[in-house]
Amino acid sequence: MSSTHIYSVYDEELKYLTRRISEMGGIAEQMVADSVRALVNADLALAQKVISEDAILDDAERQINEKAIVTIAKRQPMAADLREIMGSIRIAADLERVGDLGKNNAKRVIAISGSGIPRQLARGLEHLAELALMQLKDVLDVYASRSPEKANTIRERDGEIDAIYTSLFRELLTYMMEDPRNITPCTHLLFCAKNIERIGDHATNIAETIYYMATGAQILGERPKEDNTASLGAASE
Amino acid sequence: MNMMSEAAVEKALDQKMNTAPYKMTGKDVSVYYGEKRALFDVNLNVRENTVTALIGPSGCGKSTFLRCLNRMNDTIDSCRVTGKIVLDEGDIYDPSIDVVELRARVGMVFQKPNPFPKSIYENVTYGPKIHGLARTKAEFDQIVEHSLQKAGLWNEVKDRLHESGTGLSGGQQQRLCIARAVAVSPEVILMDEPCSALDPIATAKVEELIHELRANYTIVIVTHSMQQAARVSQRTAMFHLGNLVEENDTDKMFTNPDDQRTQDYIMGRFG
Ligand SMILES: Nc1ncnc2c1ncn2[C@@H]1O[C@H](COP(=O)(O)OP(=O)(O)O)[C@@H](O)[C@H]1O
Ligand SMILES: [Mg+2]
Repeated sequence: MSSTHIYSVYDEELKYLTRRISEMGGIAEQMVADSVRALVNADLALAQKVISEDAILDDAERQINEKAIVTIAKRQPMAADLREIMGSIRIAADLERVGDLGKNNAKRVIAISGSGIPRQLARGLEHLAELALMQLKDVLDVYASRSPEKANTIRERDGEIDAIYTSLFRELLTYMMEDPRNITPCTHLLFCAKNIERIGDHATNIAETIYYMATGAQILGERPKEDNTASLGAASE
Repeated sequence: MNMMSEAAVEKALDQKMNTAPYKMTGKDVSVYYGEKRALFDVNLNVRENTVTALIGPSGCGKSTFLRCLNRMNDTIDSCRVTGKIVLDEGDIYDPSIDVVELRARVGMVFQKPNPFPKSIYENVTYGPKIHGLARTKAEFDQIVEHSLQKAGLWNEVKDRLHESGTGLSGGQQQRLCIARAVAVSPEVILMDEPCSALDPIATAKVEELIHELRANYTIVIVTHSMQQAARVSQRTAMFHLGNLVEENDTDKMFTNPDDQRTQDYIMGRFG
C-alpha cells in the first residue's frame, strides 16, 4: 500500500502481521519439504525435527491473532486495513494447518519405518509434494506482491494436484490388493498423500484470501476439483 | 412487537433502502460564501426512510450541504446557493415556498444540544404551537408524550416535565432536541454532528434512536466519526474540498470504497 497512516504505530502494527505471516510461511514450507524427504528416505531424525517445529507455528498463529484483535480494538480499521487484518487471521490459520499436516506426515514416517516404500510410489508422492510445495511457495510470493491475477493462477492449478492425488490413490489400492502385507504402509501413505493434497487446498485458500485482501471482492467461480477418489473403489481397478 | 416481526421490519427496511423513492434530490448544488465557493455542483439524492451519512474532512462542505436541505443557509447573509433541491416533487428554493413550513417538514438537530431555557414540556410544544398543530391541553400532552417516547426520553423525564430542559444531562438535552424536532411531525430530520458533544453512552443512545427513527423519517446526518457513519447509516456520501467524491452503500463504503480519497480518509491515511 502506497500511502501511510497518520498514526505511524498503526503502520508498524500492520507490518508486524505481514512479517509474522511471511515467517510462518517459510517455516511451513520447510516442514512440508522435510516431512516428504523424511518419508522417502525413512529419515527418523528429520521426522522428529518436523514434529518439534509444529509448536513454532502454533505459537506464531496465536501471536498473530492476539495482535490482530488488539489492533482491531484499538484502531477500528476500515476498508483495505480491515481486510488486511482479517486476511492475516485467516492466512495464519491456513499456515498453521499446513504445519499440522506436515507434522502428521512426519509421524507416519515413524509408523512405516522398516516397511520400505516402493520406488515408484515414492516418486509419485514426491511429485505430488513438489506441486503442493510450488503452490505454497508461489502463494507466499503472491502474499508479498498482493497480485490478484497471480492469486487466481494459483487457484486454477489446484486441479492438477487433485488429479495426481487421484492417480496415487489408485496405485496404492493396487499395491494393497497385490499383497496384504502392503496394507499397513500403504494406508499410511494414503494419508500422507491426502495430507499433501490438503496442503494444496490450503494454498488455494490463501490465494483466495489474498485476492479478497487486494480487491475487496471474492474470487468468482467454482474451484477446479479433480479429486475423484470419493467415487473410487477397489473393484474399479 | 415480537422478535420475529422486528426482524421482519428490519429486513423490509433494508430491502426498501435500495428501492425507496428519493425523498430529496440535490442537482448541481453549488454554494458560495461571498466570493468563496464552498460546494461544487453536488448531485446527491436522499432516499426515503434511509439514514444517509455525510462524511469528509473538516471544511469539506458537509454542513453547508446539509443546511441547503432546509434553507438554513438563507440565514447567512453572504451565502448564495445555486442548483436545484427538490423535496418530494417541489423545488424548495421556489419563491412561493414558505420557509417556516419547509423547516417544519425538514427539521434539524445541531451539534451542541440547544434546548430553550424553558421547561421540558415547553421545549416540545414550542414548534407545534407555532405551527398550530394542537389547541387543547390534551392534544399538547399527547404530542409531548409521543415525541418524548420517540426520542427515547419519556421514561427518564415523565415525572419532571415542568423542570427546565437545560437541567438535563448533555445526552438527555440532545434527545430533547430530537423530541423537539419530532414534535412538528417532520418528514426529514437533518443532524449536524449530533453526538460530538456527548459521551459514549449518550452517543449510543442517540445512535439507537436514529436507528429507530428511520422507520418513520428520512434522516441525513453529518458525522466526523467514521464508525458512527458505519453504524447508523445505510448510505454514505463522502465530501472532499467541496465536491461529492463518492456516494455508496454504507457497507460497501467501509469495506471497499471506490474512490481513493474515500479510502485514504476512512483508513486514516495521508492522501
Ligand atoms: N458562515 C460562513 N461564512 C463563510 N464561510 C463559511 C461559512 N460556513 C462555512 N464556510 C466555509 O465553507 C467551507 C465548508 O464549511 P462547512 O460546510 O462548515 O464544512 P464541514 O461541515 O464539512 O466541516 C469551509 O471552507 C468554511 O470555511
Ligand atoms: Mg460541519
